[in-house]
Amino acid sequence: MELRLENLTKIFTNKTGTDLTAVDDLSITIESGTLVGLLGPSGCGKSTTLFMIAGLLKPTRGKIFFGEDDVTRLAPEKRGIGLVFQNYALYPHMTVYKNIMFPLENMDVPRDEAIQRVKDMAELVGIGSMLDRKPAQLSGGQQQRVAIARALVKKPRVLLLDEPLSNLDARLRLQMREEIKRIQRETGITTVFVTHDQEEAMSISDKMVVLDFGVQQQYSAPQEMYNTPANLFVAKFLGNPPINSFEAEVKGGFLMLNDQKFMKFKEVKDASYILGMRPEHFKVSEKDSEEKIKVDIKDIFHVGRDTMIHFELNGQNIRALVDSDSVGDKDKTVDLTCKRKRVYIFDKDTGKVINHG
Amino acid sequence: MASLIKNIKSSFRKMTTSIKTFFWDLRRASNARKKKIGAYLDKKNLNLATKFPGWARALVYLSPALIVLSVFTFWPIINSFRLMLYEGYNMSNNTITGYTIFGNFIKVINDESFLFAASHTEGTAVMNTLIIVFISVPVSIFLSLFISVALNSIKPLKGFFQTIYFLPYVTNTIAIGLVIAYMFKADGGLVNTLFGLGKYSWVEQGAEYWRSMFVLIFYATWGTLAFKIMVFLTSIQGIDKQYYQAAAIDATPRRRIFSRITVPLISPMIFYILVTSVIGSFKIYNQIVALFGVTGRPAGANYTMQSIVMYIYQYIDGGGNNLSIAAAGSLILFGIILVLTLVQMQASKKRVHY
Repeated sequence: MELRLENLTKIFTNKTGTDLTAVDDLSITIESGTLVGLLGPSGCGKSTTLFMIAGLLKPTRGKIFFGEDDVTRLAPEKRGIGLVFQNYALYPHMTVYKNIMFPLENMDVPRDEAIQRVKDMAELVGIGSMLDRKPAQLSGGQQQRVAIARALVKKPRVLLLDEPLSNLDARLRLQMREEIKRIQRETGITTVFVTHDQEEAMSISDKMVVLDFGVQQQYSAPQEMYNTPANLFVAKFLGNPPINSFEAEVKGGFLMLNDQKFMKFKEVKDASYILGMRPEHFKVSEKDSEEKIKVDIKDIFHVGRDTMIHFELNGQNIRALVDSDSVGDKDKTVDLTCKRKRVYIFDKDTGKVINHG
Repeated sequence: MASLIKNIKSSFRKMTTSIKTFFWDLRRASNARKKKIGAYLDKKNLNLATKFPGWARALVYLSPALIVLSVFTFWPIINSFRLMLYEGYNMSNNTITGYTIFGNFIKVINDESFLFAASHTEGTAVMNTLIIVFISVPVSIFLSLFISVALNSIKPLKGFFQTIYFLPYVTNTIAIGLVIAYMFKADGGLVNTLFGLGKYSWVEQGAEYWRSMFVLIFYATWGTLAFKIMVFLTSIQGIDKQYYQAAAIDATPRRRIFSRITVPLISPMIFYILVTSVIGSFKIYNQIVALFGVTGRPAGANYTMQSIVMYIYQYIDGGGNNLSIAAAGSLILFGIILVLTLVQMQASKKRVHY
C-alpha cells in the first residue's frame, strides 16, 4: 500500500490563542512495502505526523492517501492501520493470547481462522510459547513483540510504530532493530516509524525523512542522506561523532583552511561559507601530489582501530578519525586530506548545501 | 520621606535577619543536643534502636493507634462476646442469673421482628437489611459506573456535573431523608405531582411494605452514589489514554471498551467499593430513622422497616437489661458480614486484576 502525504500541516492552538505549527506543509510519498523512518529531534513533529496518519489527530490542512483512498477525514478504526505505541499499551489484564486476539474480536473473522491467525502471528514475532502469560510477566523486548503482533494480526494496510525501541535497553535495542526489519520484510507491509535516534533510523529504514520544527529537511535513503546531506541541519543531525562544521572562505576559487589553500572549487563563488567535514572522512595524506592541509595536533586518542586527532581549523576545534597506523604518538603535525565530494559547503544564511560537482 | 522608608526597610531587614539567625542557632543547638543525647544513650546502652528487638520497637511506635483501637474497637468486641454469654444480666446492679452459650442467639432468632415475621406482620430486621443490601449495592455500583464513565467522556460542564453528583456526600443524611420524604409525600409531593399519581401514599399512612421499601432503597442508593462516582471517576481518569487509543484503532465498540478495558482496569476499585458498600449497607440505620422514625414503623403500618442495627439499638435502649440480646444480635451481624466478605474475597481472585 502506497502512502502519500500531501501538504500535510498541523497547527496547535493553545489556550492563550498562540499558534504552534507542529507539522508544516509535509509532502512525502512512501512506496508500497518500504520501511520509512521519521527522524528528528524531540518536538519536531514526527509523532504528530504519525498520529495524523493513524487518525488520532486531525490535520489542519493537507491530505493523506492510502493508495488511491483519501483517508484524511476517516476515523482511525476505518483506516486499516496497525499502531504500536511507545509504551506498547498492552492490556495488562489480558494474556498475550487475548491481547493479540482483541483486534480480531471486533472484526468479522471466523473463530477458527482468528485462532490460527493469532498463532501464526505469535510464531512470526517469536512469542509462540508465551501466549498464556500476562504482559507484566514479559521482558520489554517480548512486550514489544506482542505489541507488533497485535498491530499486525488484523492485516493492516499500514503499520505505524511510535518510538519502537526507546523503552528497551541497549542490547535489546540492537536485537529488536533486526527483528522489526525481519518482520517487516516477511510481511511486506508498508511501515512508518518514528525515532529520535539517528543510528536506529539509519540501520533499519529503507528511506528516512528528517524533520525540523515540522519542516521536511530531506527524504532519501539513509546512506544517501549521510553522504549527501541537503543542508547543514541534516549534516549535523546524522553521524556519530558529529560532523565538524566551521566557517571557511573561498578565495579565488580556493577553499582556505588556516590561511592555506586546501582545494580548488571552480563552481563556487568567492564568499564566506559554513564548511562541513565528517571526522571519519579525513585521511592522512601519503602522496605529495594530493590536496592537503598541514595541521598542528593538539591531542591524540587511540580508540581501537581508529585514532582521534584534535586540531584547529579556522579557529574551531576539529576532530578527525583516521587509521591508527597512519599517525604516531610523537607527531606534532600531520598532513590531512579529504575526498572532494565529502567536503560539504553550506550557504551561510540558508544552510543549504552548495553543489560543487 | 524617602529616608524614612529606607530606614524602615533596613530595620525590617535587620529584624528578619536576626530572627533567622535565632532559629538557625536554635536548630544547631537542638541538633547538638540530639547528638549528645544519642551519644549518652549509646554509652549507657539505653538506645532504643539498639537495645530492644524490632517487634518491641514496632509496638512502641504503634502504641498511639493501638491504644485508641483497643478502647473503642477491640474491647467492645470482646465485651459483646462477654455479654452474649450472660443470662438475665441486670446493668443497674451488675448481676447475672447464669451463663449460656446459645440462649441469647436463640432468643434473637426466635424474635418475630428479627428473622421470621409473625403471620400478621411483614418485614423483619434481617429480611429488610438483606433486601436493601442485595438491591441497593448492585444498583448503586452499576449506576455509579455508568455515571462516572459518562462524566469522564463529556468535556463541557464536567466540573459542574461532578459537583452535582458529589453533593449528597457532603449533605447531612437526615436532611436528605427529610427532603426525600417530602418528595414522596402523598399530598402534593413532587413524585406524585410529576407522575400524576394523585394521592398515592409512599411512606405515610396506608403505604404498603414494598412502596416504603422502594423509597428506602431509592434513598440508600442515591445517597451512596456520590462516593462511588468519585472513586470510579478518579480511577477511570487514571487509566492510560493509550489503551483507549489502541482500542479505537482496533475499531472496538463503546460497549466492549467499557466491559473489556475500563471495568477490568478499575476492577480493584470496584472490588473495594463492593466490599465496603456491602458492609456499609448492612449497617444501615440513619436512612431508615430519617424516613420512618426510630421505631422504623410508618404510621398505622402492620410492617416494620427496621434494620439489624436498629434492632440492636432497640435492645441497647431498653434500660440496659437486654444488652445480652443486643450483643448476640451484633455478633450475628458480624458473622453475616464476615462470611459475605470472605465469599467476596474468594470470588474476586479471578475477576480482579491488580
